[in-house]
Amino acid sequence: MSGAEFVPLSLTPMLIGIFAAVACALPGNFLVLRKQALIGDAISHVVLPGIVVAFLVTGAVSAWPMMIGAALASVVAVVLIEAVRRLGRIEPGAAMGLTFTAMFAAGVLLLEQSDTSAVHLDVEHALYGNLESLIWLDAVGWESLLDPIALAGLPVELIRIAVTLMAVCAFTWLFWRPLKLSTFDEGFAQTLGMRTGWIGLALVIVAAIAAVAAFDAVGSIIVIAMFICPPAAARLMTNQLEVQIVWSVVFAFLSAVLGYVLAGYGPLWLGHDNAVSAAGMIATVSGMILALAALFAPCRKRAGAPAH
Amino acid sequence: MLWDALTLQLGYNATLVTIGACFLGVAAGVTGTFLYLRKRALVSDAISHATLPGVGLAFILMVMLGGDGRNLPILLLGSAVSAGLGLLCVNWLTRNTRLAEDAAIGAVLSVFFGFGIVLLTVIQTMSAGRAAGLEGFLLGSTAGMLWNDAVVIAVGGAATLALVLMLRRPMGLVAFDPEFAASSGVNVARIDLSIMGLAMAVTVVGLKIVGLILIVAMLIIPPVTARFWTDRTDRVALISGLCGGAAAWIGAALSATAPALPTGPIIVLVSFAMFAISMFLAPNRGVLAAVLRHGRFQRRVHMRQGLLALAQGQPIYENYTLRLLRKAGLAHPDGVATEAGKARAAKALRDEKRWELVRADQAFESAAALYDGLREIETVLTADQIAEIDTRIGGPRGMTA
Repeated sequence: MSGAEFVPLSLTPMLIGIFAAVACALPGNFLVLRKQALIGDAISHVVLPGIVVAFLVTGAVSAWPMMIGAALASVVAVVLIEAVRRLGRIEPGAAMGLTFTAMFAAGVLLLEQSDTSAVHLDVEHALYGNLESLIWLDAVGWESLLDPIALAGLPVELIRIAVTLMAVCAFTWLFWRPLKLSTFDEGFAQTLGMRTGWIGLALVIVAAIAAVAAFDAVGSIIVIAMFICPPAAARLMTNQLEVQIVWSVVFAFLSAVLGYVLAGYGPLWLGHDNAVSAAGMIATVSGMILALAALFAPCRKRAGAPAH
Repeated sequence: MLWDALTLQLGYNATLVTIGACFLGVAAGVTGTFLYLRKRALVSDAISHATLPGVGLAFILMVMLGGDGRNLPILLLGSAVSAGLGLLCVNWLTRNTRLAEDAAIGAVLSVFFGFGIVLLTVIQTMSAGRAAGLEGFLLGSTAGMLWNDAVVIAVGGAATLALVLMLRRPMGLVAFDPEFAASSGVNVARIDLSIMGLAMAVTVVGLKIVGLILIVAMLIIPPVTARFWTDRTDRVALISGLCGGAAAWIGAALSATAPALPTGPIIVLVSFAMFAISMFLAPNRGVLAAVLRHGRFQRRVHMRQGLLALAQGQPIYENYTLRLLRKAGLAHPDGVATEAGKARAAKALRDEKRWELVRADQAFESAAALYDGLREIETVLTADQIAEIDTRIGGPRGMTA
């Protein structure tokens, strides 16, 4: 395939997919280890009411208010889950399920009530995203990567997700020690004087930011998949956190690239002429990687589990 | 208008939707109870998302065989197959790998759902088969509900309900004490699977009305609501069924009154409102009850400490204590005891001394275990026992010169 075709049409969506996948997979590692994997699920559902409220307040489909609205909604959801859990003395899973479904329902209702027919804002879009449409029209080939005029026309989603990815990396790098300690031995971390409650909240907020930024570009389904599948598969590969993180990034990268290619070109190879949903395909590929890891990975069994 | 809708006076379609939703609500509430008591409420999330690829595949198959593609029973059958597959995946991942259940749930739900979306985009490009209605399974679509659809839902709901009633004893046993259940000969794994299987059945039946994302709410919210009101399994299941049915009835009726009120979300929100009311107002387990209980306890502690302070002639600095004593007529505003206050204070001090003896004496061990610093000694010991303790303490004595 020539650069003249690949760069404008496929390079940016692929990069966005990769950045989104990695940005979600990084905090996902800690969430999976802390048995909070479904926080990602909850966040990606409550993003919908967040962006709808932001749209109703500002009256326009603009990125920043919507991202702020979505981030606020995820904080509200986390607080609400915790409040329901403590006030009602309800087990965390049920508290979570109850909160995010109710908020999602409120989002759908608001969406139906408000007049959004003129703008591109609907539930399906929120679920699948529109990765395929984030093309770079100003590019003519590989040489455009060095052309400042063409670079100015890069899709703004790419810039946003790249910045988010850097922020997530910075957070993981800066708070590596507290994150690691509080994840594996919360009591010990507390005796060292760490505020484990705040660390946990910060992790959730970073996850929410990654989710919201990724959601903007690729829809919520990929967000849940990337929070859980690459870290879970990586967890089956190794017993070391550092190695696990590297594996999860590799898996996220692979899912994004393979998923995008299969979605875009797979149907052509099979003789159809229409591409399928890239977001859905990326999630599917990540699931296949997890399935392979669950069947063959070296550390797939629980430590101390009897051999069959 | 709303009254018309609640009493089924709003036309054929609205009536059909309301009755169907109500059946579904009852079945979901009762089934969800065991899921919730087993602490696996979110498995329903995985199950419901895993229905999507089944719907897509069933549709594609039907179109390829030359059919219409929108035959509800076959679509539901397809969704049941893929949901069952998803359920088995969750179980397999949890049992055979080191992944925790939440990671397994998340992985299955996102991957199955993602694959379902891929299939939906494939279907969109197929020219045949009138694919337009399939997105309705995401959030439910009641607008075009037919008599046959309603019958499918009603029969499915009723069958699920009957199965739950048959299995409620072993399911309750497994939910509360799996080890005991296993030792008394119940096959825990099989019962677990049937709890999940029933949840799956409800999910599949509910796809048409509330859609796969919100059916989770109908399985989780009513049991949580019911749990506030009672501590008995049977009653939780009963109340949960009633809550689910009522929420569905009211929600469906509400949504029939105006055009832009989608049925599924409204049912969920009504259900959530019932939950919120229960959480605050339920007796014993509710927030209000807890606040009142705490207030009462605080009052007793302050009263007791105030009386002891009066008896020992110590000044009272705590405003709340002073206010309580004054309101009860036991102290003057300056903190000096009234006549009644002196009597009560003397009694409090004597009780304290009595407790001291009771707690030092092995013979009173069971009574001493009830000591919490607030309990009246008369509620623990008989008058004779108290008299006996009093003789040990002895009466007031004068100075011997």
